[in-house]
Amino acid sequence: MSFDTLNLIAILGMALVTYATRAAGLALAGRLDLSPRAQAAFDAIPPAVLIAVIAPSALATGWAETGAAVITALAATRLPVLGVVAVGVVAVVALRVFV
Amino acid sequence: MPSAFDDARMGLSDIWPAVLAAVPVALLFGALAAGKGLSPLEVALMSALVFAGGAQFAAVELWATPAPIGALVFSTLLINARHVLMSASLVPKLQGFSPGQRLGGLYYMADENWALAERRARTHRLTPAYWFAMTAPFVLCFVSVATLGSLIGAALGDPRRFGADFAFTAIFIALVAAFWKGRVTAWTVAAAGISSALTYRLAGPPWHVLAGALCGLGAAWWAAGREQASVVEAQP
Repeated sequence: MSFDTLNLIAILGMALVTYATRAAGLALAGRLDLSPRAQAAFDAIPPAVLIAVIAPSALATGWAETGAAVITALAATRLPVLGVVAVGVVAVVALRVFV
Repeated sequence: MPSAFDDARMGLSDIWPAVLAAVPVALLFGALAAGKGLSPLEVALMSALVFAGGAQFAAVELWATPAPIGALVFSTLLINARHVLMSASLVPKLQGFSPGQRLGGLYYMADENWALAERRARTHRLTPAYWFAMTAPFVLCFVSVATLGSLIGAALGDPRRFGADFAFTAIFIALVAAFWKGRVTAWTVAAAGISSALTYRLAGPPWHVLAGALCGLGAAWWAAGREQASVVEAQP
C-alpha cells in the first residue's frame, strides 16, 4: 500500500471543504432566508454537478454509451439505485457488442 | 423521558436499513476507485475523512495521475453545498449537545442520518445518544466496506471488461432521479449535460465540470423564475 503526496493533498482538501459545508449551519442557523427562486437554484446544484461530471462519458464517447445512458435514465424513473446500475451496465455491454 | 440507552437503541434500529443499503454502494465505490489506481489505504482515508458518497464517486470519475487537486476539491464543494442548508436546519435541534459534540457530530452528517434526525426531532428531543448510535455504525460500515471493495476491485482488474466503467454514469443518473424536482430539474439537466459535453470536446477536462455546473445552475434560476411568474399570472 502506498501514498501519493498529491492524492493525499486532494483527499485532505476534499475533507476540508466537505466539513466546511457541514459545520456552516453553526454560523448560519436562523439567519438563512432564501427566496424561493434562490432556493430552487440551490436545490439544483447537486443534479447540475452530477450531470456535468458524467456528460462526457454519456454524450461524447460513442453511440453505445449514449444509448445505454438513455436506457439507464428510463430505468431510473422506476427502479432503486442498484437496479438502475444493473440495467445500465448490462445495456452498455450489450450495445458495445452490437454498435 | 427516555434514557440515553433507549435513545441509542432507537438510533440503531432507525439506521440499519440505510447501513444495509450502503454495503453494495460502498463495495462499488471501492472497486471503481481501485480501477483508477487509488490504493486501499487512500480509499479508506477518503471514506473516513470525506464521507460523502456522491462527491466521492464524482472525485473518482475525475481522478487522474497526477491528481487534479483543484477540480477534485471544487467538484466536492459544489456537490456538498447542500449540506449548508441541511446543517442550518439541523443545528437549532442540537440543544442537548455540548459544543464538542456539535462539532464532532456534524462531521459525519450525510443525507440519510440527517433525514432520520430531522424526523426524530419532530416528535422527540434529539439527543447525542440517538445521533451517535445512528451515525457510528453507518460510518464504520461505509469505510470498511469501501476498503474491502478496493481490495476486491484491485484483484478484478480492468473494469471496462464488465462494463463497470459505465457504473459511474448509471449511479449518477440514478442519483439525479433522487434529486428530481420536476421541470426545473429537467432544464438543469439539459443545460448541464449539453454545456459539459461541448466544453469537454472544445476545452478538455476539468473545465467541463465548472461549465456544466454553472450552466445548470443558470438554467435552474431561469426556469424557477419562469415557473414563479406563471404561478403569479395564474392567480385571479
